[in-house]
Amino acid sequence: MARRHVSTTINGEAVDFLCEPHQTLLDALRDELQLTGTKEGCGTGDCGACSVVFDGRLCCSCLILAPEAEGAEVETVEGIATGGELHPLQRHFLEEAALQCGICTPGFLVAAKALLDSNPDPSETEVRFALAGNLCRCTGYDKIIRAVLDSAAELRGEA
Amino acid sequence: MNGLGYEAPQSVEETVALLARENGAARILAGGTDLLAQMKTGAAAPQLLVDVKKVRELSSVEEDEAGFAIGAAVCTAALAEHPGLCAAWPGVVEAARLIGSEQIQGRASLGGNLCNGSPAADSVPALVAAGASCLIAGPGGERELPVEEVIVGPGSTCLEPDELLVSFRLGSGKAKRGDAYLRMIPRSEMDIAIVGAGVCIELDDFGVCHAARIGLGAVAPTPLRVDAAADALVGSRVDDAALEAVAAAASAAADPIDDKRGSAEYRRKVAGVLTRRAAKIALDRARGEQ
Amino acid sequence: MATAENGSSEPKFRWIGTRPVRPDGVDKVRGRANYGADHALPGMLWGKVLRSPYAHARIVSIDTSGALAMEGVHAVVTAEDLPEIAPEESKIGEGPTNYRDLSRNVMARDKVLYHGHAVAAVAASSPAVADRALAHIEVEYEVLPHVLDGDDAQSPDAPLLHDDLYTKGVEPAPERPSNVASRVEMGRGDPERGLAAADFVVERSFRTKAVHQGYIEPHAVVATCGEDGRATVWASSQGHFMIRAYCAKLLGMEQSQIKVVPAEIGGGFGGKTTVYLEPLAIVLSSKSGRPVKMVMSREEVFRATGPASATRIELRMGCTRDGRITGAHARLEYEAGAFPGSPVGAAVMTLFAPYDIDARAEGYDIVVNKPKVAAYRAPGAPMAAFAVESVVDELAAKCGIDPIEFRLNNASKEGVQSTFGPKFKRIGNVETLEAARAHPHWKAPLAPNQGRGVASGFWFNGGMQSSATVQVADDGTVCVVSGNPDIGGSRASLAMMAAEEFGIDIERVDPQIADTSSVGYNDLTGGSRVTFATGMAVVEACRDAVRQLRERAAAIWGVEIDGVEWADGEARPTKGGGELEPLTLRDIALKAARTGGPITGRASLTARGVGMAFGVHICDVEVDPETGKVDVVRYTAVQDAGRAIHPSYVEGQMQGGVAQGVGWALNEEYLYDDDGRMENPGFLDYRVPVASDLPMIDTVIVEVPNPGHPYGVRGVGEVPIVPPIPAVANAVASATGIRMTELPLSPPRVLAAIDESRG
Repeated sequence: MARRHVSTTINGEAVDFLCEPHQTLLDALRDELQLTGTKEGCGTGDCGACSVVFDGRLCCSCLILAPEAEGAEVETVEGIATGGELHPLQRHFLEEAALQCGICTPGFLVAAKALLDSNPDPSETEVRFALAGNLCRCTGYDKIIRAVLDSAAELRGEA
Repeated sequence: MNGLGYEAPQSVEETVALLARENGAARILAGGTDLLAQMKTGAAAPQLLVDVKKVRELSSVEEDEAGFAIGAAVCTAALAEHPGLCAAWPGVVEAARLIGSEQIQGRASLGGNLCNGSPAADSVPALVAAGASCLIAGPGGERELPVEEVIVGPGSTCLEPDELLVSFRLGSGKAKRGDAYLRMIPRSEMDIAIVGAGVCIELDDFGVCHAARIGLGAVAPTPLRVDAAADALVGSRVDDAALEAVAAAASAAADPIDDKRGSAEYRRKVAGVLTRRAAKIALDRARGEQ
Repeated sequence: MATAENGSSEPKFRWIGTRPVRPDGVDKVRGRANYGADHALPGMLWGKVLRSPYAHARIVSIDTSGALAMEGVHAVVTAEDLPEIAPEESKIGEGPTNYRDLSRNVMARDKVLYHGHAVAAVAASSPAVADRALAHIEVEYEVLPHVLDGDDAQSPDAPLLHDDLYTKGVEPAPERPSNVASRVEMGRGDPERGLAAADFVVERSFRTKAVHQGYIEPHAVVATCGEDGRATVWASSQGHFMIRAYCAKLLGMEQSQIKVVPAEIGGGFGGKTTVYLEPLAIVLSSKSGRPVKMVMSREEVFRATGPASATRIELRMGCTRDGRITGAHARLEYEAGAFPGSPVGAAVMTLFAPYDIDARAEGYDIVVNKPKVAAYRAPGAPMAAFAVESVVDELAAKCGIDPIEFRLNNASKEGVQSTFGPKFKRIGNVETLEAARAHPHWKAPLAPNQGRGVASGFWFNGGMQSSATVQVADDGTVCVVSGNPDIGGSRASLAMMAAEEFGIDIERVDPQIADTSSVGYNDLTGGSRVTFATGMAVVEACRDAVRQLRERAAAIWGVEIDGVEWADGEARPTKGGGELEPLTLRDIALKAARTGGPITGRASLTARGVGMAFGVHICDVEVDPETGKVDVVRYTAVQDAGRAIHPSYVEGQMQGGVAQGVGWALNEEYLYDDDGRMENPGFLDYRVPVASDLPMIDTVIVEVPNPGHPYGVRGVGEVPIVPPIPAVANAVASATGIRMTELPLSPPRVLAAIDESRG
């Protein structure tokens, strides 16, 4: 079966890869590009562990075909920190113990960043609904929600 | 999934030609949020995916005096970013925004939600209540159909294999009109509706309802337009008696089944409850109170 | 040394009780941490499992030739490729496991016993090729009648899963096989006499459905097995030593032939305390001569891995008018799934633990045509607590006594004879109840359609075996090596205890989790035991190292070791020892080569002195009387942690347990069709709570130090899933006046109950 050539941009870098047409963007990231920070929890868009920002929109990479990435811009968890510095969300997740096993953490970080990029001052309820597509089975969400709210405050210059 | 093909045509004509060539072996890929999940579980196994997101008519929201043309593949998150649409049809937008998570809404479209053919599709009752129609392109040209005529059974639509849903037509914004959509799910998010109710109400200058449309989801093999329930509102001031009447009519129109998501009895009862509650929200919107 | 001796005085700590950032944290927020599915090797093949389409069938034949003939297919495995295993009870898992059953669960032999049961596996050049290969394996089945429900399974004409299964624990021994694997009974005093003397007796029957642990990471493994018969396995699990032992047993290998490298684990909750894919990956690798990776789909996780038991519990409990429980009797039936081994024994032991009462419980372990249950956080206890705490709530109401007062009136405490054998040592049952009563939540006003529930919960906690090594580097930093996968921040708590012992900055402690060949044996990450037991091993290893450091200082100073004390990271002369300049850890480490060589502390132990633990939860719900939807609007969890090493992770365990318990109470359930197929094998229709389903979860950590641990630690991970189900149910009863006794309390069920109560 002919593998398909895809040229795309991932975390600001031009990237080429070969994929089979049935592979998802998630498969391509993990198996072709070794970007394993993006996790697979369900493969059907129900858990959010594979969250990426695709052409500016938060998406589940398990529901995007790899060939669809042609010409697209993809942001993954690996691109959230800049240089040697953690994003405030990453720092607050650590300082506030917002992860236990950590498997859902990349997806939460990508989704939370997408939220704060579009809504710098969300209420607790808004955060909860915005992150409802990201399942966490360890934390009961409490510390995640607090970490996101505190990150938002810091990003607004209030903390 | 061996030998799966992928094409991303640029125009409606090109898309229709591809569909015609494949003669039923192709599936249209819009957001892919249903289709790729179905392929994952083996429920769908197409030979060719035709990605329609590069076709202009399918991927934009246009507004003119007549109203709105919503591209069938526009993601629901984008609908919420269109101020005109949000102002004119808040119920349609809120229904679209209930389809899955933020992640799903970055991809899922009204066209996909309709063509997936689910009786529980969230946007469909709201579109039915809003009186939306569908522009469908085929080898022989275009045709326009009311939304409620598209789904003909669970998972099946009246579209021919070589036809393409291009866009939805909705009327323009109007004073003294309000629409709303509510659904029942066991959680607060991330669920398939057990019941969905869309209501659109138009009031006259005296606060009397002179037109109404009601759509119900997940209570029959297809989403329903329930004129009997709408009739319960027309001519009333949408007072408590009318609201009780609309609830009773909605419950009576429901013809649900027992399944893993809820019993028929439950669906019938809650169809009335949600229709009444949605009507109240639509009323408040028509009165400009929300 | 800044340690708490038996918790008798209020000790001052530098690290214990603080909240440092976890040492493995940065990799986990950067996406660099390697979980089970993140490992890859050159030349790796992809393995997939063919699963039974029937709930119960005889395997007549399996023809793998079609798959083997396909391009890209390198190996196929069926039960024929695995040794036949004789019945033998395992001693190392969580809950009872028989190796013969385990082997047959990993790969069906002769019969398939549930829909999703593995019948064959392939290794191929890509996942897609492997999937296609599965379709070319031809299995002929003779379909048998199946039984899905524990009640039906006990009927004399029920289909038998195992024709050699005779109920254990009944006299006389049964002459005919059945689906009842065993009976256990336990108790204290004469509850029937107490029940006869009661002013009020409540008798109820409770039912709960099978639920899944719901870890977000599916099971995943990479294995290589060379021509020399040596295997290396990379896998996420709750215990790599368990994987080594189980694989060796199931494959007829020596444990020395297998090295298991622990991946980061993406949640387990008890569900990763056994093997599914690992033995198959080793055999596929052995047959193909290539590394093999296997990753379950979410659907496979639901269909073939560890749910918790569906249960039926009948409970009678009585009390006097003034609120003294006079006796209780329970009959518990727990579904084990396809092979014996439900946690009904633990349920029989735990259910009356919060109460100083005469009570007796009998439990039945029943096999049905569903996946074999696996441990799930306080295995067996939440369902039993649902029954007991609901009935306690009703009795309190009948007496007109505040439910917390009622519990305090009957609370077990130190010295009380438990219903499961031993007398309670120092426990914090009363203290947690008092803390709940004192919390502002308990008296806060409620809005219309809202109700409040309270419930207690208990778990034993585990001890078991742990090992640790502490290596002092010549720059005075310390590597702490242990062998329990870090499922929720245990590296942090182990590093904190080590930093406390050495009296050094936590930044100078590097906690590592080593593979099976690089550290002494460790039992599972389970039973809430890691911070307790492995923590104890770390503390002992540190003390071993500190003793060596004092010896070195003594040698440098030319004094006896008794002349050297250790404090704040340095050796000091004891009082009266003269004006010697203290030697820091670094000073001594630098001179290690000349004073006797590397300094390495070691400990391997079986942890005794486990601290049993209690929790009390308060839950407010709002019930929509027209739709039956229940929303949790406020929640407070109180728990005795003994001593919280890292309070954030203790709170996190409590909050996580609450969320799982609330999901279990409200919406989670395995749904089956008539053919025995699970209808909801995905996160869309298997409804775990999402962020918008829950409020903030307040926590109160009560600290009644465990005298059996150097820092007073009690296990914390399991207790918090015990009270939520009854707390929610009691809150629904308070809001609606309706006592719900069947889970889940989903909207259709609640509305039906409301409508029925209205007549």
